Amino acid sequence: MLRVIVRRLLQLAVTLIALSALIFIWLRNLPGGPIEALLGERATPERRALLTKALGYDQPILVQYAKFMQRVLTGDFGNSIRTGDPVTEVIGRAFPATIELALVAMIIAIGLGVPLGYLAARHHGRLLDNLSIAGTLLGISIPIFFLGYLLKDVFTQNIHWFPPSGRLSTGVDNTEVTGFFVLDGLLTREFDATADALWHLILPAFTLATIPLAVIVRITRASVLDVLNEDYVRTAEAKGLRHRVIRGRHILRNALLPVVTTIGLQTGALLSGAVLTEKVYNWGGLGTLITDSISGGRDYPVLQTLILLAALVFVVVNLLVDLSYAFIDPRVRVR
Amino acid sequence: MSDPITRPGVAAPRDGADQPGTDERRPGMSERGIGLLGERKKARLDELARASADKGGVSLVRDAIRRLRRNPVAIVGASIVALFVLMAIFAPLLAPHDPAQRFDELTKNLTVDNIPGASSEFPLGSDPLGRDFFSRMIYGARQTLFVGVVATMIGLGLGVLIGAIAGAFGGWVDNILMRFTDVMLALPALLLAISLVAMASRSSQWTVIFAVAIVNLPIFARLLRGSMLAQRESDHVLAARALGVKQRNIVLRHMLPNAMTAVIVQATLTLSTAILEAASLSFLGLGDPDINRAEWGLMLGVDGQRYFEVRPELAYYPALAIIVVALGFTLLGEAMREAIDPKNRR
Repeated sequence: MLRVIVRRLLQLAVTLIALSALIFIWLRNLPGGPIEALLGERATPERRALLTKALGYDQPILVQYAKFMQRVLTGDFGNSIRTGDPVTEVIGRAFPATIELALVAMIIAIGLGVPLGYLAARHHGRLLDNLSIAGTLLGISIPIFFLGYLLKDVFTQNIHWFPPSGRLSTGVDNTEVTGFFVLDGLLTREFDATADALWHLILPAFTLATIPLAVIVRITRASVLDVLNEDYVRTAEAKGLRHRVIRGRHILRNALLPVVTTIGLQTGALLSGAVLTEKVYNWGGLGTLITDSISGGRDYPVLQTLILLAALVFVVVNLLVDLSYAFIDPRVRVR
Repeated sequence: MSDPITRPGVAAPRDGADQPGTDERRPGMSERGIGLLGERKKARLDELARASADKGGVSLVRDAIRRLRRNPVAIVGASIVALFVLMAIFAPLLAPHDPAQRFDELTKNLTVDNIPGASSEFPLGSDPLGRDFFSRMIYGARQTLFVGVVATMIGLGLGVLIGAIAGAFGGWVDNILMRFTDVMLALPALLLAISLVAMASRSSQWTVIFAVAIVNLPIFARLLRGSMLAQRESDHVLAARALGVKQRNIVLRHMLPNAMTAVIVQATLTLSTAILEAASLSFLGLGDPDINRAEWGLMLGVDGQRYFEVRPELAYYPALAIIVVALGFTLLGEAMREAIDPKNRR
């Protein structure tokens, strides 16, 4: 087991280093780079050359990369070109917002998806099953930013159930401890802030949950259907075991392995979706940061760190998912 | 009767061996013998092939099509796709107006908080620039199909190339190519597309197509490689190798065609995601900047978003069109996947 973990970690490191080199070289070859963004198109060549030198962009790309890696190892990711703040700080501010949103979306997707998929399989071929199939197909076919606008229109303009945008209402005090507003409210016992943060989270989280929810329902349904046909389920039923025991110990435990894999892979959909959802709801997380860093004159240091961070999160989550098999499925442990 | 060939120590009587004077004819004889043997073998093979065909064996593809035609899901999907393609082809005949023309009777009613709605001449009203929205929707089928198909084809072409090389050679070639796709797959799809679009100095329709194509490339490569590697050890490849078929022909004529079915199914599904991804890029302001281009993703992502408060129909119609078409490709793709799945063969 330990050997597997070490090998996977090594593979992961190689992938990330290759990715960092690719992104670094690639972003630096972007036309319309940061010099233009900072000085405007009509800057004199002298000023341009001066800034290029000051930022170190005149050196060979491999030298630049080596210096970059050297600094990264000491935890220095450079400064944002737009604001001048350290990249770690800029990203650190936006990170909790996105993670909070993605976590709640994932909780919704799993919490609704697994029971729905199970019920659909149990009602195989009947109304509930067909409805859930239709729903999942619609879920993966709808552009989620459009769904976001639709939900926003219905629930904030027509019926005022939820706030239209942002993470907190104006006038609600919260003390930032971790940057996760729901958690902060609990830690500082400002429960009205927690409630307000949750209230703001519901619409964006549901929007973001659409695709993972649809995929989880489909996979759970298919997987439960497979297991339902197994002899051991029939045996369990014939033995007269209680329904709850059959469902938990015999069906779900066996059916959930593919579902867990899917949950890992859906992290990617969540990160992609966050970029779109955050724009719809003015969320101010990593997604917003990424679009701003591109449209506001390529902010390389921020961009490359963001992309690497997204890759890191995605790869690590999938590694954890693979490792979790051992806990769910004893057969994997033996090997 | 004892068989001279299998009995040790007894030489098999050869043609003309006991007839002196006919020795010079032997080479010719044996050549003809082999030729005869080849003929006989061929005839026997044909016979066997005919026999198995008579038993009702049909090719995987024909069998899949037979099942597809009985599947209502496939029919619905195929109908949507067919309708969409017809609309794209006959757009100039169907659209009442030029999609790029601005009409005075529409522009004079355009204000900050008003975009003219439906009238008898303009069935869906105006777009934010005073053009006929209905005609733009119809022409949109054409551009949307173009973006989806070209992006998918490029992704498929490059993916198949990489996957086929990896799957054909295996070993270190496979290793390097697959590490490369791993790096691409380590980035969430939209983020990869965003960084690719950011690479271009100005975004254009082609940067969008290119980005969407590259995002889907590793999926095709992985799929094809897996399927080719699985075949390397299979009986029909072993048979071909034993018959002395050249390596190149084994890969191109025996392995690739068998591996392509899965790729084609995936391409059908990719058409739907490609259209959705292009729409997402437009929404993020990284799409095609050409204001005359009528493409559903662009219409939804740019005008639909900007004028949602003023006239939500500008978002509703393109969104509906995208959803229906994406659904069509997904239904068709899913049905195809089900049809070629050997588990469902009867």
